[in-house]
Amino acid sequence: MNGGAHHRYVSTDRRVREDRRFVAGKGQFVADVKLPGMRHVAVVTCPHAAARIRRIDKAAALNMPGVHYVLDGAELAAATQPLMNGLETPHVPRRPLAHETARYSGEWVAAVVADSRALAEDAAEAVEIEYEPLPFVLDAEAALGKDSPLVHEAHGSNVLLDKTFVWGEVEKDFAASARRLSLRVKWGRSSTVPIETFGVVAAWDPWRDILDVYASIQMPRYAEQIAAALKIPGSSVRVHYEVDVGGSYGVKRGIKHTVLCGYLARRLAFPVRLIEDRLENMRGGDAHGPERLFDVEVAFEDDGIVRSMKMRALENLGAYAGRSPFQLGKPIGAIVGPYKIKSVQYRALAVVTNKTTQEAVRGFGQAPTNLALERCMDEIAAVLKLDPLDVRRRNLIRHDEFPYLIPSGTTYDSGNYETVIAKVLADARYEELKAERDRLRRTGKLAGIGIAACLEPSGGNATFEALLNPAITTSTFMESCRINVDGTGTVTATMHTTSSGQGHETLVGTVIGEVLELDPDTVRVTRPDSLNSLPSGTPVGSRMAISLGGAAFHAAQKLKAKLTAIAAHDLGIAPDRAVYERGEVYDGQAPARRRTWVDLVGIAYRNYHRMPPGFEPGLAVEYVYQVPAGGALPDKTGRVQMYPCFSFEFHVLLLSIDPDLGQPQIVRYLLGHDCGTQVNPKIVRGMTMGGVAHGIGAALFEEFAYNEDGQLIAQTFMDYLLPSAHEVPAVEIVDHETPSPHTVLGQKGSGESGYLGAPAALANAVNDAVRPLGIFVNTLPIRMAALGDLIAGAVERQKE
Amino acid sequence: MRIELDVNGTKHELTVEPRTTLLDCLRDCLDLKGAHAGCEHGVCGACTVLFDGAAVRSCLMFAVQAEGSIITTIEGVTPAPGELSPVQDAFCETHGMQCGYCTPAMILAAHALLADNPQPTREQIVEAISGNICRCTGYTQIVEAIALAAERMRGANRPQA
Ligand code: FES
Ligand code: FES
Repeated sequence: MNGGAHHRYVSTDRRVREDRRFVAGKGQFVADVKLPGMRHVAVVTCPHAAARIRRIDKAAALNMPGVHYVLDGAELAAATQPLMNGLETPHVPRRPLAHETARYSGEWVAAVVADSRALAEDAAEAVEIEYEPLPFVLDAEAALGKDSPLVHEAHGSNVLLDKTFVWGEVEKDFAASARRLSLRVKWGRSSTVPIETFGVVAAWDPWRDILDVYASIQMPRYAEQIAAALKIPGSSVRVHYEVDVGGSYGVKRGIKHTVLCGYLARRLAFPVRLIEDRLENMRGGDAHGPERLFDVEVAFEDDGIVRSMKMRALENLGAYAGRSPFQLGKPIGAIVGPYKIKSVQYRALAVVTNKTTQEAVRGFGQAPTNLALERCMDEIAAVLKLDPLDVRRRNLIRHDEFPYLIPSGTTYDSGNYETVIAKVLADARYEELKAERDRLRRTGKLAGIGIAACLEPSGGNATFEALLNPAITTSTFMESCRINVDGTGTVTATMHTTSSGQGHETLVGTVIGEVLELDPDTVRVTRPDSLNSLPSGTPVGSRMAISLGGAAFHAAQKLKAKLTAIAAHDLGIAPDRAVYERGEVYDGQAPARRRTWVDLVGIAYRNYHRMPPGFEPGLAVEYVYQVPAGGALPDKTGRVQMYPCFSFEFHVLLLSIDPDLGQPQIVRYLLGHDCGTQVNPKIVRGMTMGGVAHGIGAALFEEFAYNEDGQLIAQTFMDYLLPSAHEVPAVEIVDHETPSPHTVLGQKGSGESGYLGAPAALANAVNDAVRPLGIFVNTLPIRMAALGDLIAGAVERQKE
Repeated sequence: MRIELDVNGTKHELTVEPRTTLLDCLRDCLDLKGAHAGCEHGVCGACTVLFDGAAVRSCLMFAVQAEGSIITTIEGVTPAPGELSPVQDAFCETHGMQCGYCTPAMILAAHALLADNPQPTREQIVEAISGNICRCTGYTQIVEAIALAAERMRGANRPQA
C-alpha cells in the first residue's frame, strides 16, 4: 500500500491534536505533577574535575528545619545495582551518586531531601565534603597517552572501545586511485539542551509494592532499568507515559535521577521529586552529546570519483559510558552517505575523560559523521578545482541503483537523490546564487556557498549494539498498538511510551483513520502506564512514523478483518465477498445488503449468537510490530543491516561573513527533503525546521567548553548559546517523496532531519568563504570570536 | 509575608517568602502551571507572563514586586474552557510548536505584540519573540502563526461592508 497511493487523511494538511492542550498551557509536564506529601531533592556536586571523597559531614544539613535526609554514594551503592552499561566494562560502573571517587566537575556526590526545593538547595550547601583532588584528563587524545591519568583506575586504561572494521578492498582501492587526501575534522561537545530540564517524581506504595514514576523521559527499557538498579521486580515499576516531555531530541534519559529518587521514595516512604535546575542539567545531568575527532583519508580519481575511505573516529565520552559509545556505531549504517564508495575502513575509538557523561543526541552520532564526509567532498572539489556540486553528483547513488548495498552491509531502501538535488537547484537558481556570492565578495564581505547531501537512517533497528559488543544479541525492535471499539462504537487506540513533541497521538489517529476510513479526530489515543502497556522501543532512532505507524496500521487492519468477518458471517456470505467501506461492510455482489458500524458493534458486544464461531467477543485487537528489514545479527565480516529506511536531505545555503567581526549571516537557506510518504506534513516540516535550527546551533554557537581546571564554563544560557529567532533564517524546504518499499505507507523517518546536514553545510559555507584567504576551519562550533581572529590573522599575513 | 496579587482578573491574598519568584508563586501558590521554568536566569523566556500588558520574565521578578500590577498568564488569555483565542488557534493552525514547553510564553509574547501592533512585519514578529527560545521548531511556524493571527484579527475588526 505505497507508491503514490491515494490517501484520505495521510499526507493531508491536518492539525496536530496535541497542540490544543499546549496552547492553553494545559500540557502535563513533570513539574506539574503534585503528589500528596511530596518532598524535594537537591544534589550536592563535586567541585573538582577528579577527586577522592574523603569524608561527608551531613550534620549541619540534617539540623536545618525541613530537611529530612541526606543520602551519600556509599549507602546508595550498597543498596542498588550500577546503571546499565552498553559495553562489557565491569570496572567502569556508573551510579547516580559518586562512590569513593568523583570523576568530573559537577558529578553528584550527595542528595538532600527537604520540604521545599529552596530548603533542599540551602541544605545542599551545608553538606560538608572533604575532597582530595586527583589528576585528571580532559582531552581525548591525551587520554590515549601512556602516562595519562586514569579516569577509572581499575579499568587499566581510558579506552572503552577500539574496533576496526574493513569492508571491501580498502588497501587495493587506495593503491589503485590517482589521488588521496586527508583531513582532520572536529565535532565540538554540544547537545540537544531541551528548554525543559529533566525531572522525575517517584512514589513508593508499600501496600501494593509499586513504584510510581512520573518523568520527563525518552528512553528505551526505562522501567526495566529502574527495576534492575533498585533490585525490585519489573512489575513493581509503573511509569506514567501520559507525562508530556518538554523536548528531548535524544537526551532525556534521566535513569540516574530516577534510580536516586526511586531509592529515596522507598527509603523514606514518601514521594520525592527532583527537577533539575539549569545548572544541574548542564553539569551533572549527564546530557552532553558527542565530542568527536575524525581523521579521514579518501582515495579518489582525477574526475572526483571517490574509491575508498579510511576513517578514524575518536569519541570523548566523558566520565562514564552507559549507551553513549554506541553513537560511534549507528553511522556505520550510512558510512558512505549517499555515495558509491566501494570500500571503507572504520576505526571506532572511545575514551573516558573527566568531563560530563554523554547521552544520545539527535541522530545518534550520524551528524558528526556526515560533517566529516561532507567536508571531504568539498576538499576534493577544491583540490580538483571542481564545483563541489559536481563532485557530489558524480558519486551519488542513482535512482535506478536501489536497493543499494553499501560496503558495511546495509541495503538502502530507496532514493532519488538526483531529482531532489535538481529540484533544490532549480528553486535556488544555483548560478544566480553563485553570482550573488561573488557580488557580496566584491563588496568586501566574505561569502560562501555551503552544500551538504546526507542520509537519515530511520526505523531504529539498533544492530550496531551487537556489532560493537558481541555479547549483545538483540535483533528485536518493536512497537505496539491496541485498538478497542467500545460498546458504544467509539474507537480508542493506545500507544505505549512518552512523547516529547513528535505528535505521536496524531500519527496513531491518522493511520487508524486511514485504514478504517474514519475521521481520525474520532479516534481517541491514550497512553496507558507501563504496567498496562504492550512492548515499545520508544521514540528513538527516527523510528516512530515507521514503527508506531506500522503497529497502528496493522492493528487497524486486524480490526477491519474482524469487522468484515463478523459481517460476512451475519450476511451468510464468504468473507472474500464482503467489502469494507467507511465503517460498513456490504455484500460485493449485492451492495444493498450491508451491516453498519452500529450493527457490527451490536453483534460483537451483545449478540454472541450472531458471531462467527470461535470469535472472541468485543472488538479489541492488538499488534506488536517488528521493525522491517532487520532481524539478523552481524556476520563474521562485521556486516549487518542497520535501520530499514533512509531519508535524504540536501542543503544549499549562502553565507556572508563580516570580515571584521567574524559574524556569519545566513543570506539564503534551501533544503531538499525526502522522507517518503509524510503522514502529517505539518509535523515533518516542523521537525525539519527545528533540526536545521539545532544544526545552526551546533555549527556556530553551542559548546560545552571546559577550562584548564576541568571546570565546565558553559553552565548557563548566557554562555551556552541557543539560536534565537534572530539566528534562524526562513528555510525554504523543497519536498520530494520517494516511498520506502519496507513500510506500510511508504513513510521513512524525519525526527532528525535538518540536523544531520546543517552543520556540514554551514562548515562548508564558512570554508568556501574563507578559502580565498588561504585558511580553513574544521572544528565546530565555528564561533564568531574565533573566526574573527582567524580572519584577522590571515588578512595580516596576506598584507605581509 | 502577605501580598495581594491581581492575576487574570482575580485578586488573590497570599503568603510568600520574600525570595519567592513570581514564577514559583504563580505555579505553586496559584496552581497556574502554564508558565514554565526553563533556565530561571532570564534567558529562555519560558516563564513569560504579561505584566500590565507587557511580556516579562516571571523568573526574574519576586512575587512581592508584582503587587499593584495586573498579571495575565496563559490561563488568562484562554477565553473559556475548551475555547481558544485567535492567537492560540493560529498556533494550532500552523503547528507553531512541538513539545509545547515554550508555547504559552510564545503566545503571551504574541499577544503583547499584537496588542501594540496589529500589522507586524516578519522582522517585528522575530524581534518580539527573540527573547523566547524554542528548541523544537526553528521558529518558522511560530512566526507564521503570529502573522496568521494578526491577519485574522485584523479581518475580524474590519467593519462589515
Ligand atoms: S525561566 Fe525565566 S527566562 Fe528562562
Ligand atoms: S515547542 Fe518545544 S521548545 Fe518550543
